[in-house]
Amino acid sequence: MPSTVIIPTPLRRFTDGVETVPVEGGTIKDVFNYLEEKFPGIRTRLCEENGDLRRFINVYVDGEDIRFLDRLDTAIGEKSEISIVPAIAGG
Amino acid sequence: MSYVKGLKCRICGTPYQVDPLAICEECFGPLEVDYDYDAIKVKLTKEEIASRPGTMWRYKELLPLDGEPTVGLHSGGTPLVKADRLARAIGVRELYIKNDAVSHPTLSFKDRVVAVALSKAREFGFDAVGCASTGNLANSVAANASAAGIPAYILIPDNLERSKVLGTRIFGANVVPVRGNYDDVNRLCSEIAGRYRIAFVNVNLRPFYGEGSKTFGYEIAEQLGWQLPDAVVVPMAGGSLITKIHKAFKDLEKIGFVEPAEPRFFGAQATGCNPIAAAVKAGTRDITPVKPDTIAKSLAIGNPADGYFATGVITETGGWSEDVSDPEIVEAIHVLAETEGIFTETAGGVTLAVTRKLISQGRLNTNSRVVLAITGNGLKTQDALSLVDLQPIEPHLSAFEKLIAGEAKKLAA
Ligand SMILES: Cc1ncc(COP(=O)(O)O)c(C=O)c1O
Ligand SMILES: [Zn+2]
Repeated sequence: MPSTVIIPTPLRRFTDGVETVPVEGGTIKDVFNYLEEKFPGIRTRLCEENGDLRRFINVYVDGEDIRFLDRLDTAIGEKSEISIVPAIAGG
Repeated sequence: MSYVKGLKCRICGTPYQVDPLAICEECFGPLEVDYDYDAIKVKLTKEEIASRPGTMWRYKELLPLDGEPTVGLHSGGTPLVKADRLARAIGVRELYIKNDAVSHPTLSFKDRVVAVALSKAREFGFDAVGCASTGNLANSVAANASAAGIPAYILIPDNLERSKVLGTRIFGANVVPVRGNYDDVNRLCSEIAGRYRIAFVNVNLRPFYGEGSKTFGYEIAEQLGWQLPDAVVVPMAGGSLITKIHKAFKDLEKIGFVEPAEPRFFGAQATGCNPIAAAVKAGTRDITPVKPDTIAKSLAIGNPADGYFATGVITETGGWSEDVSDPEIVEAIHVLAETEGIFTETAGGVTLAVTRKLISQGRLNTNSRVVLAITGNGLKTQDALSLVDLQPIEPHLSAFEKLIAGEAKKLAA
């Protein structure tokens, strides 16, 4: 099994409802490029025009927020789980 | 009869129908309930509200249910205590404590959000509810779900206070401790919510859940005789409560219940988890997440979803945000207990300790009317306190007299 991206509900209309997408290695940026190739339009939902991650999206590699790692340059492992998670309320 | 027009993205404004939906599909911004304030203004009067029972539902026109509430019917209506002894101790002219430490049924303000969220979950026809929680929300979802006969799935970090865990399990909920901190739990919950039909109150029902907190603000204004205070100090975890109190005050202006005013909003955090306070102090609205390490576990959210909006409310109203150490939190818990007879949890200690800090910095005008949001109960966080053991005396009058020797004259009959 290669690495997988878990697609959050609000983005599944781009992926025909698919919940997980297998990806090759590289960085988060590479992963986003790959997703864009497969599901055109998805990247503008994830990133601002200048390429930064949108404010209300959190991306995790194996459970760690990429803001604690190398942000969009964070390298993914061979069997990483990449989660794209909308910010949600606390309690 | 509902005055809800629909849901609306707080960032890009895209409108949505009322659905169990929390996130904008265009921009990932959070969705918010949009009301027809003009219609509410025509229909609702202060006299009408005064004639209703003293619960949070007296403001039901400003809450997002289609029908009558079915869960949490007795929540809200907590005292606004004029805290004269504390006011003197910390040097404030007019000080009030909004005391949700005595909230029904689970002793925290979370009973307000859960009452709305579970009533809404039933309107949507969910057969199971759940939450990710730092403790208080867990207690309230579990209690209210049991009273409503709905199964509950409750995910918590594995390091919570014993009494918060026990106070959840007692209601028969499915309690799932998750290895990690709240932010790990939250991520898992949102992935579960994407796959199963469970109404997670703070995930897929978030727009409705947050609205319940507004009643904390409506009550403050009504209890002050339909006036707004000059300042409020509010503990922050995800940053929702502070923004909802602000929204509540604005709502009351919109429907003409209070004169327009500019209360300052002060946000309180623990130094061991201060992402919102740090952003305010750095002059930015962008939150840098942290890994929490504080005794104020109910506030230990390192990646606050409403941080962007909380910093907005704080800076727009001319307020400020500070954070305090664990010893300062503990000391403040004692001060509140010894001056006002109110035993609050660590979150309340954070609120009072930050208030004192803001006063010493000159940021909080002491010649004003200030309300402290005391949102939880001290019996739940006893782990945070350590009092020295008491030594028993022999059951003889002489032993007691020896103990009170210093005070004996004053106490003499
Ligand atoms: C007692 C108490 N006060 C305040 C808060 C902060 O709430 P919010 O996440 O809305 O900022 C919480 C959150 O869990 C809490 O449990
Ligand atoms: Zn939007």
